[in-house]
Amino acid sequence: MSDSMVQVRNVTKVYERGKQKVEVLHGLTLDIPKGDFVALMGPSGSGKTTLLNLIGGLDQPTAGEILVGGSRIDQLSSGALAKWRAHNVGFVFQFYNLMPVLSAEGNVELPLLLTKLSAAQRKKNVAVALEVVGLADRAKHKPKELSGGQEQRVAIARALVSDPQLLVCDEPTGDLDRKTADEILGLLQVLNREHGKTIVMVTHDPKAAEFAQHTLHLEKGQLLEQAAA
Amino acid sequence: MTKTGFVVANLFRKRTRTILTLLSVIMAFLLFGLLQSVNHIFNAGADFVGATRLMTQARVSFTQPLPISMVPKLESIPGVARVAFSQWFGGVWQENTPLFVFAIDPLRYRDVYPEYIMPDAQWQAFASTRTSMIAGKMVADQYGWKIGQKIPISSNIYPQKNGSKAWAFDLVGIFDGKDESWHKQTNVVFINRDYFDEANGFGMKGRTNFFILKLADSNHAEAISKAIDTTFENSPDETKTQTEKDFNLGFVKQIGDIGLIVRWILFAVFFTLLLVVGNTMAQSVRERIPELAVLKTLGFSDGSVLGFVLAESLALCLFGGLIGLSLATMGGAMVAKGTGGQFQLQLDSSVWMIGVAAIVIMSLAVGLLPALRARRLKIVDALAGR
Repeated sequence: MSDSMVQVRNVTKVYERGKQKVEVLHGLTLDIPKGDFVALMGPSGSGKTTLLNLIGGLDQPTAGEILVGGSRIDQLSSGALAKWRAHNVGFVFQFYNLMPVLSAEGNVELPLLLTKLSAAQRKKNVAVALEVVGLADRAKHKPKELSGGQEQRVAIARALVSDPQLLVCDEPTGDLDRKTADEILGLLQVLNREHGKTIVMVTHDPKAAEFAQHTLHLEKGQLLEQAAA
Repeated sequence: MTKTGFVVANLFRKRTRTILTLLSVIMAFLLFGLLQSVNHIFNAGADFVGATRLMTQARVSFTQPLPISMVPKLESIPGVARVAFSQWFGGVWQENTPLFVFAIDPLRYRDVYPEYIMPDAQWQAFASTRTSMIAGKMVADQYGWKIGQKIPISSNIYPQKNGSKAWAFDLVGIFDGKDESWHKQTNVVFINRDYFDEANGFGMKGRTNFFILKLADSNHAEAISKAIDTTFENSPDETKTQTEKDFNLGFVKQIGDIGLIVRWILFAVFFTLLLVVGNTMAQSVRERIPELAVLKTLGFSDGSVLGFVLAESLALCLFGGLIGLSLATMGGAMVAKGTGGQFQLQLDSSVWMIGVAAIVIMSLAVGLLPALRARRLKIVDALAGR
């Protein structure tokens, strides 16, 4: 069995913008081992987020293969891909993307509504996830009652609660000050080192990339190098 | 938290907007309930069950007067115990307050309507005083009338022989109902028909708008009704005989085609509602495109997201619709009680069933387009704000 969590094989992605076709990724190949923490860096328009979306099953490649945890996800239908995402991957966004009408615990519980867990079991899992991110005492608070750092912790708890092996993070510290950003990155490091989560993180910030085990540089839709952090 | 809880939480994300929309749904279904039951009353077939009195008018319209000389013939029909007659006066009090005023034969009317209670001396005074009138307690209380007063009442139809439509009558009695229900029917004034017959300059001496027939046996109301109309068939004065309830409804029907009026009002109400609620739903979905994309990111399928939006629309229409129909039920019962049962404005099961069907259709009509938009969302475009 392969030790790779993510295998990207000769992937091309073309977007159609009106009559124009824009090729964002050009035959990109990449392996990310299980338990790795990878930072994807590169200038704007280099294809970082596109690659992240493909790895997270949010979009489909135009050509090539993508395997995550040994499963081909590039051939799944929209419905099957949604089901796959629910069980195999957690997402963390730059602007947290929490539901404003729900409390912290409601937001964390949201992915569990797709499982067959009982209400009591869901509540228990939510409590554990909030405990892991250090926000057990903020469970009843709505997002607008939390700081940016706390909101991002809730988002991380939401990404963790269904226990996926892969976390994809798109600029998770892009909206935070340095100190709070370092705390969030430290938390991701703990999740990687102590809980064995494979993390793929897009960032513009070299200091954020230092928290990763590896940094990959993309430019014009191609991988430039793979360097040890 | 449950999926239902999530739907309700989303519904009240803009509390003021949702409450205002909810109020418009409630108002629409309140109107729907009341107007449907009005329609139902007017479309219901004749019901002779338990009828103790019948009303006979000209076949074409009650505005075409019938000769009072028909009374002996009517009283000779088996099952008819006593006949009274009544003439619409078209009364106006003071400047332009309409009054229900009828010209009647006092003692015949007393026999036919024992539910109206008044001291015997006052009935005798009514019968023997040429310019007399009696007033129902509700009217007398409302305008502060006292026995012995001369009451000026104009007619918007009948002039006196001198051409003036201003009449004056001596108030000789005030009658009440035998119970609460009949008390509510004392918003009426009666004048002495003999005086009206002599003094009016309209040239309709010896005729009246309708006859009221007291029946000896209420079980034969339908048969008696047919017998009367058959008796006068092919005569210059063909008749139409019906129950009091149907007669009263016919009175209101003079306004126009009630069913058509009701349908047009409801069409306008629901068309407006469709725009109001549809706009609310569309705006609500537009505002949270990124949130819907996040739901899909978390693993909710396109169908689930469509379901969430439709459930919100259904919850809004269902909640508002059921409150509206319940208020209409209560309002209808109050109208029925307030009119002493004359207008049985009660929402029966058929109105409720049509109401619930309207709720479901309305939910789909206002929710389907926004829900399909939510279903079609592409995650990467929505998250990128495209």
